[in-house]
Amino acid sequence: MTGARSASGQPGAAGGPGGASPPTHLPHRALGLTDAEYELIQAKLSRDPNGLELAVFSLMWSEHCAYKHSKKLLGRLPTEGPHLLMGPGENAGAVSVGDGLAIAFKVESHNHPSAVEPFQGAATGVGGILRDVFAVGARPIAILDSLRFGELESPRSRYLLDGAVSGIGHYGNSVGVATVGGEVYFEGPYEQNCLVNAMCLGIAPTERLIRSAAAGVGNHLVLIGARTGRDGIGGASVLASAELGTDDASKRPTVQIGDPFEGKRVMECCLELLDRELLASLQDLGAAGLSSSASEMASKGEVGLEIDVARVPLREEDMEPFEIMVSESQERMLCVVEPALLHRLAEVCDRWEVRHSVIGSVTDGDRLVIRRGDDTVGDMPVGALVDDCPLYELAPERPDGVIYPAPQRTLDSAEPAHALPALLASGNIASRRALFEQYDCIVGSRTVRRPERADAAVLVLSDDGGGADAIAVSIDGSGRRVACDPYTGTVEAVLECAANLACVGAEPLGLTNCLNFANPERPEIAWQLERSVAGMADALTVLGVPVVGGNVSLYNQSGDGPIYPTPVVGMVGAVPDVGAVPGLGFAAGGDTIALVSAAGAVPRLPGSELAKLLGDDLPDGLPAIDIEAVRGCIEAVRAAARTGSLASIHDIAEGGLATALAECCLGGGIGARVELPGGHAVAAGEAETLFGECGGRFVVSGPAAAIDALGERAQTIGTVGGGALVLGSHRWELDELREAHAALALAFP
Amino acid sequence: MLPASHDLAARPKQIKETGPTAWWAKPRADDARLRRFAASEMRFGVVRFPGSCDEVDALLACRRFGDAELLWHGDADLRGVDAVVIPGGFSYGDYLRVGAIARFSPVMGAIGDFARSGGHVLGICNGFQVLCEAGLLPGALLPNTGLRFLCRQVEVEVVEAGTPFTNACAAGDRLSIPVKHTTGRYYAPTQVLQGLEAHARIILRYAPGANPNGSVADIAAVSNGGGNVMGLMPHPEHAVDPICGSTDGGRLFESLARHVAERVAA
Repeated sequence: MTGARSASGQPGAAGGPGGASPPTHLPHRALGLTDAEYELIQAKLSRDPNGLELAVFSLMWSEHCAYKHSKKLLGRLPTEGPHLLMGPGENAGAVSVGDGLAIAFKVESHNHPSAVEPFQGAATGVGGILRDVFAVGARPIAILDSLRFGELESPRSRYLLDGAVSGIGHYGNSVGVATVGGEVYFEGPYEQNCLVNAMCLGIAPTERLIRSAAAGVGNHLVLIGARTGRDGIGGASVLASAELGTDDASKRPTVQIGDPFEGKRVMECCLELLDRELLASLQDLGAAGLSSSASEMASKGEVGLEIDVARVPLREEDMEPFEIMVSESQERMLCVVEPALLHRLAEVCDRWEVRHSVIGSVTDGDRLVIRRGDDTVGDMPVGALVDDCPLYELAPERPDGVIYPAPQRTLDSAEPAHALPALLASGNIASRRALFEQYDCIVGSRTVRRPERADAAVLVLSDDGGGADAIAVSIDGSGRRVACDPYTGTVEAVLECAANLACVGAEPLGLTNCLNFANPERPEIAWQLERSVAGMADALTVLGVPVVGGNVSLYNQSGDGPIYPTPVVGMVGAVPDVGAVPGLGFAAGGDTIALVSAAGAVPRLPGSELAKLLGDDLPDGLPAIDIEAVRGCIEAVRAAARTGSLASIHDIAEGGLATALAECCLGGGIGARVELPGGHAVAAGEAETLFGECGGRFVVSGPAAAIDALGERAQTIGTVGGGALVLGSHRWELDELREAHAALALAFP
Repeated sequence: MLPASHDLAARPKQIKETGPTAWWAKPRADDARLRRFAASEMRFGVVRFPGSCDEVDALLACRRFGDAELLWHGDADLRGVDAVVIPGGFSYGDYLRVGAIARFSPVMGAIGDFARSGGHVLGICNGFQVLCEAGLLPGALLPNTGLRFLCRQVEVEVVEAGTPFTNACAAGDRLSIPVKHTTGRYYAPTQVLQGLEAHARIILRYAPGANPNGSVADIAAVSNGGGNVMGLMPHPEHAVDPICGSTDGGRLFESLARHVAERVAA
């Protein structure tokens, strides 16, 4: 932030329209623009930009807004699908769930703000993603989050975790949108650069979805919601697009402060404005504030916009025009309204006590003109701002080996008697109850599978129409696996997400992603990014699932090095019969337990959670996955889940088969007796069998006939019952497992 | 914000409340089947503050047992409803002491009059907090002993079954109902507690070991002296649909609907 504010406050070059603070010596560098980019801006304007224009360009051409290092790659992802209603490019994507209903959804990062101030960073991350969803006309019904921190032993990680969880709850609980799921991992490389990704889903009648393209020359541009202050100025360029350094405390003023009560009223107000069909278009104000929102609306509508910053309600009186244009103050929306409807808009806003100001108008042409009263203080071609940022080719180069240090060893041996409780108590596997109990997961009366009851959250829609009964949603992404093998690790994340949906009988309709990576200008990071996107594209193509939108967060690294490459994927699926949905916990004594495996799925220890506890080096590559085979297995499990004949289904993920069995026991509060698959345990292979990891495996339980219906993929391995998990020659009382599994509660004394 | 509310109250009502009937309220085919009382027999009014979160949930729960409509916070007219539900949420943001602003809203003035003339009022979570602030219920809600927001399914025990809010239950019944709040620790001075005990005004208690917030004497619900106003921290409106886990909360709405319908009929 220091860059944006002080640089533009100095006297310097002249040339553009008057009235704005002109830049200082080489201010574009301080704003994150290269010399070549600055020259391109001069060419686009046919003159030197003034301070305001330079500030606007620096934000619009930042990585966060322009995706200049990732746009070309993202083009490889499939974006077509039979259920797709609205693809990438809008505030949120949307898919059809039948019966005239649409689900809009998107995931977005708020990583760097959360690393600086976790409570407000996470809270405003939730606020921002909520606005993205109601900006397309959908009522938000669910929030999920994906969090990454350093190891739990680190006080800084616990501080960030506590703050982020409180912040997510603070915003989500206060606006009355259920936080229904999520995931959190603790790994050393996130120590300085935590990740906070938030996903939101909304529901709308298909015909009510609205796009953000400005339309109708002469229409009013109306700013709705909070007043504009100095918070978050330069956030997009300074925080989101550069590595975190040691002086992060000085960046604190660039972190926005959330006001969920304002957000709630703005949300209800906008939804009512849409109900009453009073808006021509709607757009949220996120990164880069008015600059970005106005440019995007104008660009999509192929019109010009004129904004008078003197008409923007301010929190502080003496704000410069450039500050008003780039402020990232929260809880603001920008809409286009026909003049004849303005008084009706005012009625609705007044009723919700939401501020509303006409700040400009839609114009002919292609200019974004900024005025302060009668003075023109900025005049830029919309196309230059939105479309003309130079895109960069990555220069990927496979590193010679794994670039991450081995995790700290915390377990002496792989001996199962101790390894299973140790895994259950480890940060990445322990029960998330202490976290998710801080979220309202039921408001809205749609949640039929709460956290930890099933592998995916299930939200009921309606049982009246011909569409889906319910939707299921899951969010996944294991950075360490991607660090081992960017391609295969990403394939695993996508398949894991689809597998979680299959556990509740849901067919995937669409996917949203957030690509959290380090500095893409470094060849080894570019390689991670390139391979990861390739893996995502391949997995999605085989699954037939389109990307509906998402977010890229680059430059996630600190003096300690890069984060694990962390593509996070959120998938939404349709559940035809909510009554048939099984849970993950074993349900009844006497039920048969089976292991369902995709052909060729072989669990391996390298890169697994157990290997992490043992302090093993990350392997350079993971075994290849037969995506088609896993898809077949997922489809078989989904079909079985839909019949309602199985008592439980659980995806085998971190910690392998033994961990999954323990989770099934704890989920149902009942034990199990299991004979190791493959007959007798061979000492050398036992750990691999019990704790090895790979995609495409499930633990199911139910009547023997229901298991038989799964065919050759299902291998009967045991029976539900008793008060202990008995695995071959090993035995753990449920109380022992339960105590281990509750370890995360210790981080929340 | 408060003056603005009063301004709104003074203005003619220009816009009809649309929230609950809008498309996004989850319609369930079994609503009508579960409805025990004819719509004409009684009508609930559910208050909507600008920061209410569970008002539509409460409305849908009420509609299983009677007619129901939303009441706007800036409107001092209760529109002739037979019983009032003040739902959960964060009335005016609750950045100050919870419910401290809501008690001054126009609708609360009308609800005070309604309650003092014997009208039935159920306050859920934030509604309980507001009723305490408004002096319609004794005691106060303090921050949870854990100091965090807590969302959890809990067991509560019916202490008094003969009340307008619990007549569909038997004393000692266990109800499974979720709580979700940061400020739910019921507190009242010893003398007040003794009075509550003596006059059978502690209606629900958390089951032994299930007290989620440190409430004194495990109190989950109390009533006023007249027995026509009850506040509780658990959310019965989130326990009315079997697919969402429990229908035990429905028994409180059923009790109220039955009691009020009989009163209306008489």
